Amino acid sequence: MKPAGKRSNAPIFWSLFGAGGMLAALIGPMLVFITGIAVPLGLVLPADAMSYPRMLAFAQHWIGKGFLFAVVALFLWHAGHRIYHSLHDIGIHAGMGARLACYGLAMLGTVLAAWWLLAIGF
Amino acid sequence: MADVAETRKFIEIEVLRYRPEQDSEPFLQIFEVPFTDDMSVLQGLQYIKDYLDGSLSFRWSCRMAICGSCGMMIDGKPRLSCKTFLRDFHPGRVRVEALAHFPIERDLVIVMDDFIDKLESIKPYIIAKEPRTLEQGEYLQTPAERDVYEQFSSCINCLLCYAACPQYGLNPEFVGPGIMALLHRYNVDSRDGGAAQRMDVVNAEEGVFNCTAVGYCSEVCPKHVDPANAVNQNKTLSAKDYFLRFVTPKGGAR
Amino acid sequence: MNTPNPRRPYVRPMAGWWRRNPFFVEYMVHEGTALFVAAYAIVLLVGLLRLAQGEAAWNGWLDALKSPLSVAFHLILLAAIAYHCWTWFRIMPKTMPPIVVRGKRLPPGAITGCGLAVAAVASLVLLGLVWGMTR
Repeated sequence: MKPAGKRSNAPIFWSLFGAGGMLAALIGPMLVFITGIAVPLGLVLPADAMSYPRMLAFAQHWIGKGFLFAVVALFLWHAGHRIYHSLHDIGIHAGMGARLACYGLAMLGTVLAAWWLLAIGF
Repeated sequence: MADVAETRKFIEIEVLRYRPEQDSEPFLQIFEVPFTDDMSVLQGLQYIKDYLDGSLSFRWSCRMAICGSCGMMIDGKPRLSCKTFLRDFHPGRVRVEALAHFPIERDLVIVMDDFIDKLESIKPYIIAKEPRTLEQGEYLQTPAERDVYEQFSSCINCLLCYAACPQYGLNPEFVGPGIMALLHRYNVDSRDGGAAQRMDVVNAEEGVFNCTAVGYCSEVCPKHVDPANAVNQNKTLSAKDYFLRFVTPKGGAR
Repeated sequence: MNTPNPRRPYVRPMAGWWRRNPFFVEYMVHEGTALFVAAYAIVLLVGLLRLAQGEAAWNGWLDALKSPLSVAFHLILLAAIAYHCWTWFRIMPKTMPPIVVRGKRLPPGAITGCGLAVAAVASLVLLGLVWGMTR
């Protein structure tokens, strides 16, 4: 009988994956529709719905800031974790390399999102 | 009345053979087997062994889907050969291979040492929460308490879920679906107090987080155990303990 | 007398495993939706940069979103992320503790249905909020 191995740190990444996956499942399709289809084509919503003053005000408000940060960061962590496992699935067991590529890029995106949201000001 | 011999139906059974003392790798061999509509794939194999090639090796025992011995890949899917019927493949050919993701010992017999080792590691028995003496009588349980674990206790160790789990195939260190179902069966039993010991297996790098929720294990389970549910419920439990172990008084799992 | 061990277990390769079963093909497809979720996050991330850079930069980003190529790309994103939504809630009954309502376990279909209903409501609330704020 073999003893149980070292404790896994996966809960950190799995939790972010789960949170991002849930957010993407709940509002992902509608967000894509709003920002990528409805507003650019002037469907349903007014064509100036994402005008500069409006989006600036939204991104300067703490609720808007928090929402934008959560969406960008959690979507990235969700995707990073899933892609990391998919690489393993297709036989790329790059270990630290794959981990850095997937989680590293999610972390980079998170930092950039935070930086630019702070640059937008309050 | 038609001649019995004329109405006799035949089916081709293609078997993945491997004889370690003479074959460098497995190969497919086709047998033509007479069958009737009530014959299982297992009975087809028994016909081959009795009348066509006595060297064919496979495991079986009860012939009624409860011993868990005769799991095989049938037409590429993990199934119990006693519970799968030749008529469903006729007039086509049916391919039978050893369970996927396990090393082949010989023909359709797999090496299951890894599973047995893991089974031992989870202490698959009730570790009494409050030990009782004979005089105190039995350990009582309400139907609702029983309902929590009953489905998981239906596992017959047939290993179909392992043959359905690509994560186990990719990394045999992974504890896997069936063992997690059994572990969960004891952990959620109201009479049991051994969860803390078993959670070490759940939390380990070889534990539940290797699962990517493919879900095929639960699809192929002949006993509707839903091992995927056991694995994924324990991801939540393990993650909770991972984050809360520093703030909960007893450190959760330990 | 020492006899050589006749055991020589044969380990089959895993290469191409996901092509062996339609169930696995579908798994790879729904795992693949992660690429589209990542792509959309990057589109939004660029938007944040453009917003931080000022009005001209932001308007450039908005114009880029209006190009037919961008709209087509977002239609693909929409399909992929909607598929993610469906598969996310489809697997949910297998990932959750059982929910007992009036002594009976909620069937898998009901859990998936609830998840999809919550997603529909959340999406409509989001659309309603945006509509209300931009009208």
